[in-house]
Amino acid sequence: MSEPILKVKDFTVEFWVDGVWYPAAVNMNFQIAPGEVLAIVGESGSGKSTTGMGLMSLLASNARMYGSVQVKGHEMIGAKSSVLRKYRGKEVAYIFQEPMTALNPVYTIGFQIVETLRTHFDMGPHQAKDRAIELLTLVDIPNPAGSFNKYPHQLSGGQRQRAMIAQALACDPGLLVADEPTTALDVTVQAEILDLMRGLKDKLNSAILLITHDMGVVADMADEILVMKDGLTVEHGTADQIFNRPSHPYTKELLAAVPKLGTSAKRILKADPSKGIAPVLNLENVTIEYPKRGRIPAFTAVKEFNLQIFPGEIVGLVGESGSGKTTVGRAAIGLLPIKEGKIEIVGTDISHATQKDLFAIRRHTGIVFQDPASSLNPRLPIGESIGEPIFLAGLAKGESLNTMIEDLLDQVELPRSYRNRYPHELSGGQRQRVGIARALALTPDLLIADEPTSALDVSVQARFLDLLQDLQDKLKFACLFISHDLAVVDILTHRIAVMQDGRLVEVGERDQILKHAKDPYTQRLIAAVPVPNPAEQKIRREARLAAAKK
Amino acid sequence: MIFKRKQKVVENLAEANENAIFNKETEGLSQGQIVFRRFIRHKAAMISVFVLFSLIMIVFTSSGIKIGPFSISGWWPYKFDQLLDLRKEGCPPEIVGCPTLDMMPSIIDGTSMGLGVHPFGQDDIGHDYFAMVMRGAQRSILVMLVIGFLGGSIGIVVGSISGYFRGWVDALLMRLTDFVITIPTIVIGSVVGYHFGNLGVGFLAFYLGIFAWTGLSRLVRGEFLKLREMEFVDAARVAGASNRRIIFKHILPNAVGIIIVSITLLMSGAILLETALSYLGFGVVAPDVSLGSLISQFQDSFTIRPWLFWWPGLFIITIALSINFIGDGLRDAFDPRQRRRLSKKDKAASRDQAKIAAASN
Repeated sequence: MSEPILKVKDFTVEFWVDGVWYPAAVNMNFQIAPGEVLAIVGESGSGKSTTGMGLMSLLASNARMYGSVQVKGHEMIGAKSSVLRKYRGKEVAYIFQEPMTALNPVYTIGFQIVETLRTHFDMGPHQAKDRAIELLTLVDIPNPAGSFNKYPHQLSGGQRQRAMIAQALACDPGLLVADEPTTALDVTVQAEILDLMRGLKDKLNSAILLITHDMGVVADMADEILVMKDGLTVEHGTADQIFNRPSHPYTKELLAAVPKLGTSAKRILKADPSKGIAPVLNLENVTIEYPKRGRIPAFTAVKEFNLQIFPGEIVGLVGESGSGKTTVGRAAIGLLPIKEGKIEIVGTDISHATQKDLFAIRRHTGIVFQDPASSLNPRLPIGESIGEPIFLAGLAKGESLNTMIEDLLDQVELPRSYRNRYPHELSGGQRQRVGIARALALTPDLLIADEPTSALDVSVQARFLDLLQDLQDKLKFACLFISHDLAVVDILTHRIAVMQDGRLVEVGERDQILKHAKDPYTQRLIAAVPVPNPAEQKIRREARLAAAKK
Repeated sequence: MIFKRKQKVVENLAEANENAIFNKETEGLSQGQIVFRRFIRHKAAMISVFVLFSLIMIVFTSSGIKIGPFSISGWWPYKFDQLLDLRKEGCPPEIVGCPTLDMMPSIIDGTSMGLGVHPFGQDDIGHDYFAMVMRGAQRSILVMLVIGFLGGSIGIVVGSISGYFRGWVDALLMRLTDFVITIPTIVIGSVVGYHFGNLGVGFLAFYLGIFAWTGLSRLVRGEFLKLREMEFVDAARVAGASNRRIIFKHILPNAVGIIIVSITLLMSGAILLETALSYLGFGVVAPDVSLGSLISQFQDSFTIRPWLFWWPGLFIITIALSINFIGDGLRDAFDPRQRRRLSKKDKAASRDQAKIAAASN
């Protein structure tokens, strides 16, 4: 085995908060050799990003670090900032989660790559530009010479991430720290980026420190895995060991919480939709258009969309970002006007409804939003948020409203004492429970769930899905479950609808879609989902690449 | 037997205690109640409320109030426009009308504490300065409150409507705002003061308030444009909330920080505006006085008879500071992220807890 690039020994990071030193990462020990991928996995708050940033002393000034971090034999902890600057970017490069915020929006991507090159090498502007275009070619950006002069907002999410990788690779770093590199991307794009990173690693023989919460990505990439929880290293071993023979209970729990495609039991729908029961939600040839605004032309987000949801049924709506699935969800409860077609909720036509008509259907619908941070009014105690639909429907007031709020909190398994808390005092999972409680306050016939789990950790997500399932069994509402995560949809739904570019691609029974998809797009989508099992993922990857070549 | 009963009583007590805590924790509180409780706990704000309230009481009762035909005479013997003999005794040589207010107890300087005949002294022709300052403060507070209230409410309503509804409503209201901004306030004040100066300061304040809302409305509009896209607004709409409820119950409390900051600035600015107009001779017309006109009138006396400068200045500072602190308290009360600062005792407790936690790890 060759000399490791990075050696970390007894590395501890602490933060000074409110007069107390809080440990964020404790006694970390690991090393990475060239050409190896070490993955640090853990849930949010486990200290994995802190570790990654701490390696190059990129932490806020209220942090202190102990131990030893050696890059190619040179100590980084306590090094002068001039020394650190020499190593940052050149020996250790970073790829961040959100390329839109990590790239400077007022400079072209070419400028940003050239900047990196010229800080570290004695290079003329023309030479640097040639090298930058070479790098953009390396990361498969279409039309590299043209893209050199593009601003970050002119590129798609995947292209931006490629540009970031190009910038990170500018100085042939020995170590690439990738902090959640694909979390903000769609599955198909994620698969491409992971392929790219794997190829580059082999080509340049650099090491990768992969920081992620996604077990599928880990299974796809990692040679070695380090599991973290609350700042402590829980388990450290090869990918095979961790996935197939986990020894620590937390690792087992984490793996069990990861939803796996095609493993959940068939959910049986009691009412048979074919026997002439009126659908709860009926979308017929719906076209939705965002009107022209200034110089931006009108944009048709959804075209001729057809979908029926029957009582007690959960229908999953999947698609990549920009496919119009959220637009459909919003139009389905009258938050967006439609251009053509017909929307019926519980027998009421709301295609061209007025405010008053919509008020009547509000009692039959509820919605859970994607982002638990922004979907609750930050200035309203959660008890009031939950009680609002009941209050506005005029069902209860004062004492009786209070008891109803208590019942709802019990239903979503939150302590009653939380009612006076503000949203920011709750964790993401708890906020999402509040969101459900509010959506179910009027015992609606139809619940729209717009990516309710995408902001949650896997274990929290698993608990949340259990809760949603229990509630659905109890209350028998129909549900449109919008998600980009096929594995989650697999657990929950009876039927699945797939969307692409505003059109319905395929709709059918869950198993039919997941196992025998007819449409090539659906097949591609399913193939791109990484499976949390290294051996199986390898087979799937090769199959996918072979299919792509064809 | 007795022991058993005792135990039972203790158990009951414990249960009752627990229930009380339980009830306290789960007692549903509305947003307004929580904000009010937090405001009451804000020390600086509560002190300011007290100071401002007592100041207003003193100011209005001492010189009396006259609203139309209805009037109450104050407890202070002199009127602000009453000419008196200039007092010489007890003053330094060559200075007349010095303040008689004595804050030192008799143990220190031999004379007992007290207001004396003219606690704030007299001006150059013999008016009682206490009466003048009280009258001036009355005018200034009136101007400030009217401008703050009018400018604030118009600004909030215009800003929130145009930010919330956007479209042609927004375009119309914002062009109106632009139009109002182009007219300099000082010109409006001069014109109004010139034509209607005899109608009193309330009328002037009303006119100024009608034109003082522009900055606030733009800020509020910007905040609304940002907040209306948040998901909780959609959530409220799904819950069946009307536009009015969404504006006032959901979005406005989130914009309260910006509103309070700019209203406090508006109110402090109102005093200055009134001063400027009085200085130009258009605002509070002599013989009536305001704090601003007093300062501008006696700005040359600073070296010889500084009290003519101090008293109105002290009142302006006190009023402006209390308003700022009250605004601060309100903003903190509305903002759930603001935590009370930990006291030393709490800090010690949290440190102990951290130690215990560290030990148990």
